[in-house]
Amino acid sequence: MIDLTVKSCGPMTALQDRGRLGYQRFGVSPSGAMDPRALALANALVGNPPETAAIEFVNLGGTFACEGGPLRLALAGAGAPLKIDGTPVPPLTSALLQEGQVLEVGHPRSGTFAYLAVAGGYAVEPQLGSLSFHLRSRLGGLKGAPLQAENRLPCRPEAQAGAPMQLSVDIPEDTGPIRVMLGPQDDYFTPESIRLFLESEFTISSQADRMGFQLTGPKLDHAKGFNIVSDGIVAGHIQVPGSGQPIVLMRDRQTAGGYPKIATVISADLPRLAQLRPGAGVRFRAVEREEAVAAARQLRDWIASLPSKLEPMHFSLTTEHLLSRNLIGGTVDALSSAAHD
Amino acid sequence: MQTPKILPCGDSALTVEFGSVIDPDLNGMVLALDEIVRARAPAGLIETVPTYRSLTIQFDPVETDYDVLVGLLTEATKDLAPRNSVGRRWRVPVVYGGEYGSDLEEVAGIHGLTPNQVIEIHSSAVYRIYMIGFLPGFTYLGGLDRRIATSRRLHPRAKIPAGTIMIGGEQAGIAPMDMPSGWHNLGLTPVRPYAPERDPVFLFAAGDEIVFEPVDASRWDAMEKAARAGEPVAEEIRP
Repeated sequence: MIDLTVKSCGPMTALQDRGRLGYQRFGVSPSGAMDPRALALANALVGNPPETAAIEFVNLGGTFACEGGPLRLALAGAGAPLKIDGTPVPPLTSALLQEGQVLEVGHPRSGTFAYLAVAGGYAVEPQLGSLSFHLRSRLGGLKGAPLQAENRLPCRPEAQAGAPMQLSVDIPEDTGPIRVMLGPQDDYFTPESIRLFLESEFTISSQADRMGFQLTGPKLDHAKGFNIVSDGIVAGHIQVPGSGQPIVLMRDRQTAGGYPKIATVISADLPRLAQLRPGAGVRFRAVEREEAVAAARQLRDWIASLPSKLEPMHFSLTTEHLLSRNLIGGTVDALSSAAHD
Repeated sequence: MQTPKILPCGDSALTVEFGSVIDPDLNGMVLALDEIVRARAPAGLIETVPTYRSLTIQFDPVETDYDVLVGLLTEATKDLAPRNSVGRRWRVPVVYGGEYGSDLEEVAGIHGLTPNQVIEIHSSAVYRIYMIGFLPGFTYLGGLDRRIATSRRLHPRAKIPAGTIMIGGEQAGIAPMDMPSGWHNLGLTPVRPYAPERDPVFLFAAGDEIVFEPVDASRWDAMEKAARAGEPVAEEIRP
């Protein structure tokens, strides 16, 4: 048996996978990785299916060791640096952690959420079909809890197999406004509010977590009140309470709510929004279903292509070499939180 | 019955809205459509979420043919009859008042009733579970007798214990876990609507009915012990 042991980590560091689907009708939020693209990258590097559970880092890094290693692992997302015994591991590569070595995940530098995957996945019992930690439901993670110092994460024997690998992949650029589809309750807003919503820059406030991102910007007025009888909530819904300041609902959202929702972030752009940090500006652009579905398909195809881009790591690989191939810059841009417009 | 509206919720979900109020027939339509959608299981279906007045359907934007899904919904809602026949009715034991229900006397005072009359009124109604949400297993119950409908507390409590039997406005509920609440506490039940380690994890479903049975405080310890051992304690009875 191989264990990844936690020496230190931030308070919301926890396992996340695709999420817990099928229980929203019982009041359980799906939760799941805030940036499924970065989760897929980390998993691809160690040969896992894209939605295998990984450790999600929220704003802060952590330090780890292993027992019974070596352990094959990879980190991706938000420009978080990785070091083993002080030596940097290049981005988009997997690494071997030997027993006695210290693995150091640095703070995410260009976003909020980073993912640490091990080959074969963590051997933790799922709850209601998922390892995703959800705070309010006390489900997932390690027996309903996030990680903390002294925790041991059992890993599967596959974790030992294989040599370090690298991914040669083009990272899609994160530029342009966040695309939304209007509705379901855009008719609760004045035409002027819809115009303001689509033409103004909003700021991600400090109240931004896995449940929702509070935005600040021009006040969006309701045309017929701001109370509706609670209806279903999905990830990306942008609800507007009486304050007129929108809230984008994220993975740990409540399952139902009673504020009108002016628009919904398209699925392909939600991970990009998730990596925007408090203080960043954000603009929205309304698109039709066709464009939203095309973007979802493009992201799906990109994730599906990752295993074919995996190759044995060149041991001559240097940071300069990676820079020359624009891999580091590409990673940072693609998985960053920078607002580009 | 007006034609239900299909509201887009981004590329991965839609909401079929039957109306904008809390009404048993509207809710019955929601549950009837929920049953049809789940039985037909259109390609790419992820999950459905029935609420008071609408059904939210989540699907895979790539796998699901949106036009086919809308066609199915349009056809299914054409001659839809509300599903009002309940599958299950549950009897939930409650110890009312005292340390178990700290607001019982206050609620009685507000309505000019005795505590026993409040208990009698609260426990003779049949409650319908309109929806489950807000927290895992939190039941939104309709059917509270208007004689004891009580507006929410001026000062919400930061934490009430799991199992609290409470009323707020014309709604009633059972706390599935320790939670913040602005509702009035009438009593306590050892029944756990949500227990992650138990099979089944969730006792109740939208569309079920609940009746409350007043029990003496002397039975509390035994009932709580049974609940801790993973027994439902709530009893399924014939409507």
